[in-house]
Formats: sequence, structure tokens, C-alpha cells
Amino acid sequence: MALVKLTINNQPHTIDVDPEMPLLWAIRDVVGLTGTKFGCGVAQCGACTVHLDGAPIRSCSYPASAAAGHKITTIEGLSKNADHPVQKAWIEHQVPQCGYCQSGQIMSAVALLKQNPKPSDEDIDTAMQGNICRCGTYERIRKAIHSASTEMASAPKMPKSTPKIGKL
Amino acid sequence: MSTTPTGTETGTSRRNFLKAAGLSGAAFALGFSSVDSFASPVLNLSGQPGMALPESVELNPYILIEKSGRIVLMNPRPEIGQGTYQSIPALIAEELEVSLDNVTIRQTGGETKYGGMWSQAVGGSGSVRGGYMQMRKVGASAREMLRQAASQQWAVPIGECIAENATIVHKPSGKKLTYGQLAEVAAKLPVPKEPALKDPKQFSMLGKPMPRPDVPLKVAGQATFGIDAKVPGMVYASIERCPVLGSKLVSFDASKSLKVKGVQKAVKVERVVGKNRYEGVAIIADNYWAALQGRKALSVTWDHNNFDTFNSADFENKLRDLAKTDGVQGHNTGDFDKSFADAPNKVEALYETPMVSHSTMEPMNALAHYKPDGKVELWVSSQGGDLVRGDVAKVLNVKPDDITVHILFNGGGFGRRITQDFATEAATLSKTIGKPVKVVWTREDDTQLGPFRPMTFSAMRGALSADGKAIALQHKVISPSIDATMNEKYDKTKADDTMLEGTGDQKYEIPNLNTRYVHADMHVPLTYWRSVTSSTLAFSHECFIDEMAHKAGQDPLAFRMSMLTKDSDAKRVLTKLKEVSGWDNPLPEGKGRGIAQWEFFAGLAGQVVEVSKNKTGGIKVDKVYCVIDLGTVVNPDNVKAQMEGSIAMALTAATKDAITFEKGQAVQKNFDANRMLRINEMPTVEVHILAEGGPTIKGVGEPGLPPLAPALANAIFAATGKRIRRMPFDLEKV
Repeated sequence: MALVKLTINNQPHTIDVDPEMPLLWAIRDVVGLTGTKFGCGVAQCGACTVHLDGAPIRSCSYPASAAAGHKITTIEGLSKNADHPVQKAWIEHQVPQCGYCQSGQIMSAVALLKQNPKPSDEDIDTAMQGNICRCGTYERIRKAIHSASTEMASAPKMPKSTPKIGKL
Repeated sequence: MSTTPTGTETGTSRRNFLKAAGLSGAAFALGFSSVDSFASPVLNLSGQPGMALPESVELNPYILIEKSGRIVLMNPRPEIGQGTYQSIPALIAEELEVSLDNVTIRQTGGETKYGGMWSQAVGGSGSVRGGYMQMRKVGASAREMLRQAASQQWAVPIGECIAENATIVHKPSGKKLTYGQLAEVAAKLPVPKEPALKDPKQFSMLGKPMPRPDVPLKVAGQATFGIDAKVPGMVYASIERCPVLGSKLVSFDASKSLKVKGVQKAVKVERVVGKNRYEGVAIIADNYWAALQGRKALSVTWDHNNFDTFNSADFENKLRDLAKTDGVQGHNTGDFDKSFADAPNKVEALYETPMVSHSTMEPMNALAHYKPDGKVELWVSSQGGDLVRGDVAKVLNVKPDDITVHILFNGGGFGRRITQDFATEAATLSKTIGKPVKVVWTREDDTQLGPFRPMTFSAMRGALSADGKAIALQHKVISPSIDATMNEKYDKTKADDTMLEGTGDQKYEIPNLNTRYVHADMHVPLTYWRSVTSSTLAFSHECFIDEMAHKAGQDPLAFRMSMLTKDSDAKRVLTKLKEVSGWDNPLPEGKGRGIAQWEFFAGLAGQVVEVSKNKTGGIKVDKVYCVIDLGTVVNPDNVKAQMEGSIAMALTAATKDAITFEKGQAVQKNFDANRMLRINEMPTVEVHILAEGGPTIKGVGEPGLPPLAPALANAIFAATGKRIRRMPFDLEKV
């Protein structure tokens, strides 16, 4: 066991865990934020996607200790009132069915739009391939990402930061 | 909008109910006496005797109104992604004249006051078609009681009291009373048994695309799924169960597990799946990661009892041998044997389909607390609060009324969460260790341990007249049986209706039609999977119809239409498909289209699939046209979503990975080997809904699934000349 200092959604947390504990379980079981989901445990499904310094990572396969000193964002920290353009587009297109994979889908979509504000269908397919949706909401995900892209292009520009490319 | 993601409030009496619901004495339940006509006609899954109609639907409070005017609607049908969190409350709200934006929706938890077994379960695409009249009457009765209360208070004729937007308005004077102001008086009035229902033309919600109230919660990460439930003092469990199904636990050594920081205990636990009992060892820990580490360190000795010799290749050979036997008769019209023997043109083929997993994105899990007073409380993602109560009561020998169930959002169901093994595991463990226990299955557990969708083999024989008319068809199903793997009392001498599902129900006018069933014993547990056996039998049946069409030298759609001379829903579906898919427009070289339709207990849909040959080899699915026949539609946008989802799931089952066994265990463990369709593989889907209104209402959750695999295989034949008779088939290698 070791003390690990995490910054999640701009809040500092010091937790006493096995340093090998995946970030997913630190976020869910120890810190208590349950919006990030467990799907496969082996970085195959994307349900656990969070941002590390703005880049998407699979938190089920990322040791909590390795996330220390980095800025972690979960679905809960994406926006104050669930009003990020991607979240709004997800509502507009009624994307979720069961909804279980959607936190991960949204985190992947936000990261995509940060790197590529005007993605083509092909770009979306490439970036979103790591996120499984068993309910088959893929067509709506594509449409929602295009909507969010349009919305973000018309919104005032945010200060630009260069996200590091994280390990998927 | 006010919604309660954690949803369920329960209790054994109305008083406790109100208390538990966090409502003060200011809340009044509008109660309903038992009205037989409210009973649902369609809630048996696939006609299984063990899954009969609800014994009765006791209408107790579905509607709670607080003095503040807050309206709580109790939803008896768990949300598994199919939209019942909205569709069922919408049926009540439409007649009650309230907006869903102003109500709180809560899930019921299997309480007997809402009816018998299956009254609070989801399956068989039955929630809306079963509740369409029932739930509207629930809303209409309450509305009439509120109008009556206002009319008495104002001493005016009831005809002058109009319900609108949670208020009764006296039209001549403009006086108004809110439902909150009227609830106390209204609750004391007699319940109208046959309240007037709105004319569908007056509907403000039903039949129009409605945004779902669970969507904002789900995009905010705020929807509480079973796996998210937490109670004070709870511990986590991961259970080592033998992947060689049927093995007995000889001994275990947990000494290394107990050295893992956070691990508290290792205890035996039994998993119950129908008639099957599986032993396992649970590692109890402070957090789930510690439980997993403890499980890895565990050493277990199993007695495989010869089950480790079971493998898919041998079992498939057994099915092929059994295909040569007669089996028992299911449906029969005319004289198949004679007409087949005498026919000038014959077609024969054997179709093969595999077991598949449900693979809900949320792995199986449950949180249970067996309390010192012998009462049990559970928080769970399940397809039925009543099913949870029933199974926990049986396994733990507890009275159902001593069990409180909180049904949370299900991260997918697809039939898997009809089996409550995860709930009984958690409850058993909690009783053993005296603490609330959350059991979470790993993806490997979820993939390897079943219950699975059964494989079916189909021996097809068809005969054509000299002028190309279908004169005889035999569909013989050779398979293990869901019912046989679940129930001790399975009767092998009878045709298994579930395993023959739909084969005798297609509207094709074939004068000699015979269906037969050959049972194959198998120990691997099987269960319902979205669209049940139609998910495999439609493939064999509708591909074989295509083979007959080609043998007859006819266009596959024209051939089908020639067998539909009388008016029928199937004929209307095919007519619409022909129109919307541009069936008669020639496709360029290298492309092909195929058609299939399927009618079964849940409903009816047809699809045309367009494919193209890749330059580099293999097949790409370009587009799917889908026509679903409903009669009446509640939320068209959700119907569209369900069609998209059914097509994605069917495409996965048709073209990705089967569950196969070697040395007694499932070979596939996680999504690397048990692949799911991904976004780059999703075709464009165009949905058309046939819904002219009227009394007919058909299911939505499942009918979009069965036509996809046969329509796809038929399209591949059209594009390449290659006939596919076995699922799954790899599109890259076609």
C-alpha cells in the first residue's frame, strides 16, 4: 500500500492503495465517482475511458500510481451542468439506450474533437473504434459528434492547450 | 424534470411504502382495486409454461401525488436500454394529463401488490404491448377520480371539469385546483373500473418522438446502475467458479489470498442457474481490486467429473447425426412426406448456428444485505424485481415479503438478466458473512459461464411444383433446449415450442408444412437471448426460402410475394420493403441485396440488406432497410433506436464470434476473442414503421433482430453466388 495523490476533476485526493490498483478502481471504489464504468478490465471496450491531461486513457489498465501528478478528468468533471457540447449533442440525438458505455464514448468523443475539430465519418470510425456499444448506438454517435463539432466551431474559442497523446 | 436515478422504494404495506418513498403524510396514493380487464395478455416469454401470464394484476399505487403537486409514477418494467423508463410512465401520464417533465419516475421492486410473477419483469418485447391498455387505464382512472373530486368540491357537473397539465379546470368559471390539492379527496373515491380513455387523436405524447428522461442522466454519468450501488459497511466479492461447467469443488487453499492487503475472507458459495448448482469460492475484500488479486492467489482443486471432455466439435457431430432422425412433430399442415416424395423439384440443406453470449456491457453484479432480522435487501441490475424476489426467496428460504429489491438501471439485459444467479450469490454471501456484499463478475466470468443462447441446427427440405410454386416445406430443428437445461421436469417426448419458435408461424401459403424437433442433451446452461430462438431459426428458414426461390428461378422477393396471396401483415411489410429499398432497381456489378422477414411471438419485421464486394476481398454491409409492423406506436424515435440496436446485435451474432467449448470450457474469455461489432462496422440503417393505429400493438425490442442474418446471407449470395449455411461467417473471408 502506498499513498497516491490524484487530481480528479480539479479536486485533490490522497488515497492509500496498492500502487498497482488500476485507476478505474481508485476512481470508483476509493474516490467514489461511479460515472466511469468497468466493462472488460483489459482495455478492449473503452467503458472506463477518462482523460489524463486531456488525452483519453483506459483507466482499467492504467495504474493509479502512474496517474499521480497528472490531471484526470472523468465524465463528472467534463462540465458543470452536463452541458458540454458533446453531452448536449448526445441528448439532441438521443444516443444512449442502456447508457452503460456512454461515459466512455463521450470521453473519447471529446478527446477526438480536441485533436480534430472537424472529423469526417472515417475519422470518427478510427477514433471511436475502441469503444464498444452493445446496444448499437453507433450511427447516433457519429451524428452527435458531427453536431457537437458544428456547435463547438460556432462557440467562442477556448484557450488552446496541446493535449499529450496518452496510451490507449 | 425530476428523476430519481436510484429509483426504487419498497415496503410491505402502503404505510411503509410511503415512508420508504420518503413521502410525508401529505402524499396520497390513488389506489386501485383488482380489475381483471387490466390483466396483461402477452407477458409470457415465448409461450413457456414456466413463464405463464401474471396470475392477476393487483392495481395498487402506480400514481402517488404529494400535496406539493409532485407526481410520482411507479414503473414496473426495468430499464435495460429498451426505453421502458419512459414508455410505461408515458402511458400513464398521457391519460393522467401530466407532463413527464414534471413527474418523478420510480421503479417497483417486485412487490406482490403490483401483480404475480412476471408482472414486473422485462422480456418477450412485452412491456408496452402488454401494458398499453393497462397503464392507460391506470392513468385514466386517476384522472377521473380527480375530476370527480373537483366536481364535488365546486358542486358543478363533472362534464365541466377538465383535466389538463396536472390541474382540474372548471371551464365556465376558470377556477382551478391542482392534483396536489385534490389528491386527498380523490383517493377516497371509488375507482372507476372502465374509465373513458382518450381518443388517440388527442394524444399529446404517445405516437410522437419523445426524448427519454434517462438520457440526460446517462450523458452526465449520473445514472445509477446496479454496479454503482453502495451502502455503508459493504464489502466486495469476486468468485472463482470452475470454467469447466459441472465440476465439483474438492478443496481450496486461500492462504496466499488472505495475505493480499484488503482481503478479508474466502468462503464457499453456490451459484444457482435453474436446476443447475455450481460451486465456487468467493474472495471477500475491502475493494474490488483486492478481491480480484485475492482470487488470483487462490488455489482450488476441482473434480471435473468427465465434463472436461466436452467440446463443440464433437457436439456438432452429434447434432449432425441426430439430424438424420425423425424427431417429434411440431406444426403440421397437409402431407409433407407424400408431397415431397412426389414433387418434381426438391431442395435440401442443413443449416448450423452456434451458441453466443449476451455480453451486456455491465457485467453481472449484485449488492445484497442479509440482515440480522432475516430480512434481505438487494440493489441490482435485473430484468425483474419479482424474479429477484422469487429466486432469492427460494435459494435462501426467505419469505418474498421479507425481501426488498431496488431495481437500478441495467447496463444491458438481452435476456441474460432474466436469470438471477448473481443476485442469489450476493444474498447467500451476505448471509454467510453477515455484511452487505457486492458481487461483481469479471468480463471473463460473464463470457465463459453462461447461460448462453442455444445453438440450433436445421434440416430443411422443400419441394416445388413444375411451375415453380412452393408445395412443401419441412423445418426440422436439432438442438439442446433452454427449458431442458433449466428445468428438472423437462419432457423430451414432446416438441419443444421454444426451440421451434416461429417455424410454423410464417404467413407463406405452403400447402404442406411440417416442423419437427430433435432434442440433443447438453449440460451447458442456456437461456433466452434477444429474440430467443428466432435469432437462429429465421436464418435457416429465410435463407432456405431463398434457396427455393433460386431453384424455382424466381426473384426472392417475388417468390415470397407469390406465397402471400391473401392480405396479411407480412405481405404489407414485404410490399413496403420492396418500395423503400428500390428492390427492382438493378445494382452495379459486385453489389447484392437480400431480403428476409420473420413473424414470431414478439412481432414482425422485414429487412433488405445491401452489400458490396471489397476490392481487397470480403464483404462490406452497406445499408439495411428495416420495416417493422406495429399497429400502434408509442415512441417512434425509440422504435428506430431499437431497430438500429437489434441490427447491430444481429450483425455481431452473424459475423463475429460464437461461444465454443474445448476441454469442457468456453474458449472465448473477453472481447478480444468474443468480438463485438464496432462503430466502423455499423451499416447505415433506414427504418420504416407501419403503424396505422387501431387496437393492434406489437413488440419492438426483438423483432428487428431475426431478419438481419438471413437478409445478409441472401445478399451475399446475390453478390457472390456463395450460399452461407452456417453462422457465424466472417465477412472478411466470404
